[in-house]
Amino acid sequence: MSGASAYGSVLALAAGLGVLPVATESNVLLNFLVFMLIVSVAATGWNLLGGYGGQFSFGHAAFFGTGAYGMAILQERAGLNAWAALPIAIALGAAVGAFIGALAFRARLRGSYFALVTLAFAEVLRILANVLPITGGAAGILIRLRVDPWHFQFADQRVLYWVALGFLAGALLLVRAIERARFGAWLVAVRENEDAARALGVDALAVKIAAITLSAAITAAAGCLYAQKFLYLDAAIAYGPWISVEALLAPVIGGAGTVFGPVLGAVVLLGLGELTKAWIGDLTGGAVPGVDLVLFGVLLILCVAFAPRGIIGLLFRLRVWARWARS
Amino acid sequence: MYSPEILFAALLNGVMTGAIYALIAVGLTLVYGVLHIINFAHGAILTAAMFAVYGLHAAWRVDPYLALLPLTVGFFVLGYAVQQLIIGPASRGDDGNILLITLGLAIIIENALLAVFRSDTRSVDVPYAFSVVEIGGLLFSLPRLLAVAVVIAVALLLWLFLAYSRTGVAIRAVAKEKIGAELCGIDVARIYAVTFGLGAACLAIAGSLLMPTYLVNPRVGNAFVLVAFTIVVLGGMGSVPGALLGGLFIGVVESFSGLFMGESLGQIGIFLIFILVLLVRPTGLFGAKA
Repeated sequence: MSGASAYGSVLALAAGLGVLPVATESNVLLNFLVFMLIVSVAATGWNLLGGYGGQFSFGHAAFFGTGAYGMAILQERAGLNAWAALPIAIALGAAVGAFIGALAFRARLRGSYFALVTLAFAEVLRILANVLPITGGAAGILIRLRVDPWHFQFADQRVLYWVALGFLAGALLLVRAIERARFGAWLVAVRENEDAARALGVDALAVKIAAITLSAAITAAAGCLYAQKFLYLDAAIAYGPWISVEALLAPVIGGAGTVFGPVLGAVVLLGLGELTKAWIGDLTGGAVPGVDLVLFGVLLILCVAFAPRGIIGLLFRLRVWARWARS
Repeated sequence: MYSPEILFAALLNGVMTGAIYALIAVGLTLVYGVLHIINFAHGAILTAAMFAVYGLHAAWRVDPYLALLPLTVGFFVLGYAVQQLIIGPASRGDDGNILLITLGLAIIIENALLAVFRSDTRSVDVPYAFSVVEIGGLLFSLPRLLAVAVVIAVALLLWLFLAYSRTGVAIRAVAKEKIGAELCGIDVARIYAVTFGLGAACLAIAGSLLMPTYLVNPRVGNAFVLVAFTIVVLGGMGSVPGALLGGLFIGVVESFSGLFMGESLGQIGIFLIFILVLLVRPTGLFGAKA
């Protein structure tokens, strides 16, 4: 793929998504779309480490929550402006990523061990956030309502949507750039066969630590967006398992190790989730919690069993079959 | 300072909690030792077992201890089927796939329970829930003492089974050398399923022992499963004696850190041990095979 078309496809997707709000004024739909973008950004972060690097994290909530709490605490406790807090909060998330990565990868943890240790770190942070005064403890923390672009709060949901879309486009361009750079090749080499990569002179440890740091930064940015959208956080939201699970499910179902996989996965997952909730709700005459997640679990198993490269891999295979059938 | 009586009570309390932790961890470590997979659905299956005990009691007033035997058999069959019909075929033997499939199973079970039972916390009402017996001047909770006795019995039975029965020997053979075992005519897929079934059966027993004194909600398994992971890692992945000792140790640690740091922070002690052991000595303190 030439440079222009590699980055052009990302920009085309962003432009396509950018015109969506023109077609709708519905706040319900916009809320849903913003949430979808936030999950897409978090999932894009997971994809860099899990999809390209092959290191499956079960605890990306650690980065998401640090970004979100960083945003809230810097504004409410340190009196910082929201836009000044943003880079610091992202850097804090990246620092947590670098810390966990340095410890886990130096101890040569991989596979399930790595998944477990990330999960444990996220749980430690969740318990701490639930008791420490700086995070507001169990009561959570509110970001003051100051509807003003200067404070990263928008009266028009569409503006927030476009800002979130800007975040997503930035994250996707970063992943695309990494994919095309030498660093991306090293990362994929580590995923495919770490020992072979090391034998070829790749510094696997440095590559993995760099990957988890960048991955954490992207997912922390999603946390920042979440904080500014909902203006309220508690430990179960910011560091809860839900975001670790969704950040992992979206890329795996959409297509791990592809630029657009996480976005496609987030659209499919959240879209299907809303549809099932509405359908079951109609059927039983009331909201039933958890049905969307049951569906996600089924999709995950089906994907692992029948579509190892997710939906994107499935589409690719269909195209190959179609070409073969024509000839 | 705390008086020696309080410290001793905390120690005994920890041992009794630890016995149940040990049972949960034994199921996890058995599956790991043979299949070399970390079963992320372990906590969710435990929750399902606890709800099964609750359901039997709510529907037909079945006593939790009476439910123990049929549920153990039922969960063995369930575990056998899950491994044989879902995990085995869908994973094609790849570790990353197994990780994701058991995560998917955990999500399905936990949320199906949430959809049916909602997030309310429930308990079974039994007359002996708060009964105590006096031994040597100390008061012991009857259900928890019973739990310790049952766990010891189960551990003994499991050891006899693994050491002397044909299937037990086959399980140990597959754990040691899968291909060699296959060449000797052992049906590895069946042994995998039996082992997964045994893991689930341990959880059915743990669920029955927990319910008289414990509450259940769809997320309760999560609290236990991270503790169980810690125990398994501490005891050495795949080591059954390690899991038993590790369970008692973690029970005591939890009891003491709860005493010194309060309930919510007490949990952190466990996670920190977990992270520390993983980072410093992933083969476990009892030095089982890596």
